[in-house]
Amino acid sequence: MSDHEYAPKSKFGKWFNDRLPLLTLRNHLTDYPTPKNLNYWWTFGAILTFCLVAQIITGIILAMHYVATAGLAFESIEHIMRDVNYGWLIRYFHANGSSMFFLAVYIHIFRSLYYGSHKSPRELIWIIGMIIYFLMMMTAFMGYVLPWGQMSFWAATVITNLFSAVPFFGEGITNWLWGGFAVDSPTLTRFYALHYLFPFLILGLVILHIWALHIPGNNNPVGIDIKQPSKDTVPFHPYIVLKDLFALLIFLLIFAFFVFYSPNLLGHPDNYIEANPLVTPDHIVPEWYLLPFYAILRSIPDKLLGVIVMFASIFVLVILPWLDTSKVRSAIFRPIYKQFYWFLVADVIILGYMGAMPAEGTYLLIARVATAYYFIHFLIILPFLGIKEKTLEVPLSITEPVLGGTSNQTMAKDNLNLRDNL
Amino acid sequence: MSESDKKKPNRRDFIITATTAAGAVGVGAAAWPLIDQMNPDASVKALASTEVDISGVQSGQSITVLWRGKPVFIKRRTQEEIDSARSVDLKDLKHPEKDEDRAKNPEWLVTLGICTHLGCVPLADKGDYKGWFCPCHGSHYDTSGRIRKGPAPTNLEIPKYEFVDNNTIKIG
Repeated sequence: MSDHEYAPKSKFGKWFNDRLPLLTLRNHLTDYPTPKNLNYWWTFGAILTFCLVAQIITGIILAMHYVATAGLAFESIEHIMRDVNYGWLIRYFHANGSSMFFLAVYIHIFRSLYYGSHKSPRELIWIIGMIIYFLMMMTAFMGYVLPWGQMSFWAATVITNLFSAVPFFGEGITNWLWGGFAVDSPTLTRFYALHYLFPFLILGLVILHIWALHIPGNNNPVGIDIKQPSKDTVPFHPYIVLKDLFALLIFLLIFAFFVFYSPNLLGHPDNYIEANPLVTPDHIVPEWYLLPFYAILRSIPDKLLGVIVMFASIFVLVILPWLDTSKVRSAIFRPIYKQFYWFLVADVIILGYMGAMPAEGTYLLIARVATAYYFIHFLIILPFLGIKEKTLEVPLSITEPVLGGTSNQTMAKDNLNLRDNL
Repeated sequence: MSESDKKKPNRRDFIITATTAAGAVGVGAAAWPLIDQMNPDASVKALASTEVDISGVQSGQSITVLWRGKPVFIKRRTQEEIDSARSVDLKDLKHPEKDEDRAKNPEWLVTLGICTHLGCVPLADKGDYKGWFCPCHGSHYDTSGRIRKGPAPTNLEIPKYEFVDNNTIKIG
């Protein structure tokens, strides 16, 4: 980091900043040097921050009207939808907000994979990000249970039953999770408490995520280390702030389309039937953003093994910085990795589709192949590719390719020095 | 380094170890109520048994009742169903159990209505073995509630139950 000494102009500002350096922090955030070639895929960090804050605000409002007891939960949702002023808007915003949150987080994750943002020296940013992603899945799952519809109830039953696969302690663990012998009121109440808590844990981790980001600085589409600040950077404010805001507006257009024109498109009609422990709906599916993992779970014929493989599919992402052995970050300079990257994208989409289909016949076969390929990509292709792949020549600076090769000698040298120092 | 490695534990080391051990026990004891509060509480446990009137159940019919928040299937089996359950070779079973051991009274089969895979409620009189079929992930059970095909690892569980009289079953 190259933070120059900052001194507030006003006397009060100086008095305050000497005691609590908030103004220094603000100055760091506005002046923070960012690569000048960041494209729109880099705006999703800001979009995700918006999503988190929006979910917390709408969630706190919903909590003021919601009742977390098995007998009243379903009715209180209808009460919010029909009686509470703008309750329908706030609930639809919150429910669709989770889908938009996951849409943004998937783009954010796949952007990292493409441009190698998970690689040294940004491993911790990536790992914190994966913890956030895992907490997001748990939060979304518990939130889905709160309306206490049929999908809520059976999603809770199936997911908590995953733990019954644990040898010897399975039954004890599930009874402990449920607070009973089946999913019931005690389960709902504790899910509600945790659903309220987790977003604040995520908020704390987001602060760590950004802090860890500000140590090495942003990666960029070319994926090279740059000197900060230099001719290759622009200050965060106003350049990136305004770019992020513009992207956020476009994102909000799509968001608003769902909220106002098809608020139930991403939901399941069965969740408008109150939870009934005696009847399982014919076809239960999780929310779309969990489908790839659901497909992986179902593609393994053994119960315990299926659960292990499903958790492994998330864990393999955590250790990704050490599986991807290539020193070159950006896929722009990795012609073979670029192809495998798109194979992976297709594979995850296929898994998602198979997760929504019944687990039988051809669907099951395709899901099994796709599951196998998912692990082959991370455990075999990536480590091997890093060693074998012939990468293209990486420019010495962001400016270099634009100015045409070696015309900017000083900058090229700066970069070489910086790399040596690292 | 090597000198301090060889150093004998002195009184201070002993005090530190003892304090840490006592502290760990204390923290564990204090944490236990925080963990145990999530286990089934007294009011949930109090609903431990349910009595069911089965006088209206005709041969071939089955009813579903709620016990401890879980569905329980009570099926009055036809002679044909009993025969098909009893004629199965145990070697063909994923979880070998004799039908004689599962149904004390051959006419009445009492099982938990919970798929042993991930807890869905199987549908009656469906599936390849004319017993139950779980719609969630495709497990097939036979007329004795034994797993025959699909991802479920074990047979449908038999709860503790007894015949109070000819028309009443007490579950739990």
